Amino acid sequence: MARVIVDVLPKAEILDPQGQAVARAMGRLGVAGVADVRQGKHFELEVDDTVDDAELERIAGTLLANPVIEEWVVRRLPS
Amino acid sequence: MSRVGVITFPGTLDDVDAARAVRYAGGEPVGLWHDDADLRGVDAVVVPGGFSYGDYLRAGAIAARSPVMGPVVEAGRAGMPVLGICNGFQILCEAGLLPGALVRNHGLRFVCREVGLRVEAATAWTSSFTVGQELRVPLKSGEGRYVADAATLDALEAEGRVVFRYTEPAPNGALRDIAGVSSADGRVVGLMPHPEHAIDPLTGPSTDGLGLFTSVLAQLTASAALR
Repeated sequence: MARVIVDVLPKAEILDPQGQAVARAMGRLGVAGVADVRQGKHFELEVDDTVDDAELERIAGTLLANPVIEEWVVRRLPS
Repeated sequence: MSRVGVITFPGTLDDVDAARAVRYAGGEPVGLWHDDADLRGVDAVVVPGGFSYGDYLRAGAIAARSPVMGPVVEAGRAGMPVLGICNGFQILCEAGLLPGALVRNHGLRFVCREVGLRVEAATAWTSSFTVGQELRVPLKSGEGRYVADAATLDALEAEGRVVFRYTEPAPNGALRDIAGVSSADGRVVGLMPHPEHAIDPLTGPSTDGLGLFTSVLAQLTASAALR
C-alpha cells in the first residue's frame, strides 16, 4: 500500500472567484502581505502496488481534475 | 410518435418539467435512470438540470461517468439529438460530448432570474427558430460561467457552434456571453438557461422554450418519413 497525494488547482488563466473572495477576507482580518490566493482540491488516495504512475496520472487527468480548467500534481508519499 | 428520453440522476430536479415540455411539443417522454445500461429505444435524449450526485467533485463530473452516459455519448457521437440543460450542459461537457467547461459564476452569487437569449445557429434543437430571434427564459445556476481556451472559442464561432448568447452582458461572466454551444454536427446542444421552464404562460415567463422541443420533434418526424 502507498499513500498518494493529488493536488488540483484552477489553471492560472481561469478566473478563481473563490480564491479572490478568500484573499479579500484576509484583508478584512487585518492580514497584510498576501498578494493572491488560489483555491483548489487536495485528494489523499490509499493505493495498492498494482496502481502504477501511469494509472495514477489517468485517475487524476480523467476524473479528479478537468483538464479544460484545472492542472494537477500527483505525489507518492514515502511509506 | 417520437420518443424522447429524459434522464434522472440522483439529485436531478428538472426531469419532470423536461418530460412535460416534450409532451407539450407533441412527443412521448421516456424516463431513463442513471443506472440504465441502454436507452430503451428512444430517438433523442434530454439531460435535465439539477444537482446530480450533489455536485460532488465538480458539477456534472460524477453523472458524466454514470452507466447511462456510456450509451448517451455513443449515440450522441453517432448523430442522435441530445440536449443538455443547466446541470445537463455541465454533464455533456464533463462527458466530452461538448467542448469547454462551466465554472463558478464570476460574482460568486447563484443567479436566478429571467434572461434574454439570442439564437445564433440552426441546429437539431433550434431549427424552428430564425437565427437572430430572441427568447426569454429563466436562468438558475451557480456554476454557469462558460469557459474554454481562446482557440476553442474562436473555432466554435467560426464553425457556427455558438447556439445561444445572452442578449445582455452574461450574468455569470460566461466568456463571449456564450449561453449554449453545439457539437460539430449540430445534433448535441447544451445551454445553461432553462427552456423547459418557459413553455406555458401559467408557469413561465414566455412559451419561447417550447421551440427547442418542437424543433427536435420536427427533425425526427422528417427523418422518419425519409426512411
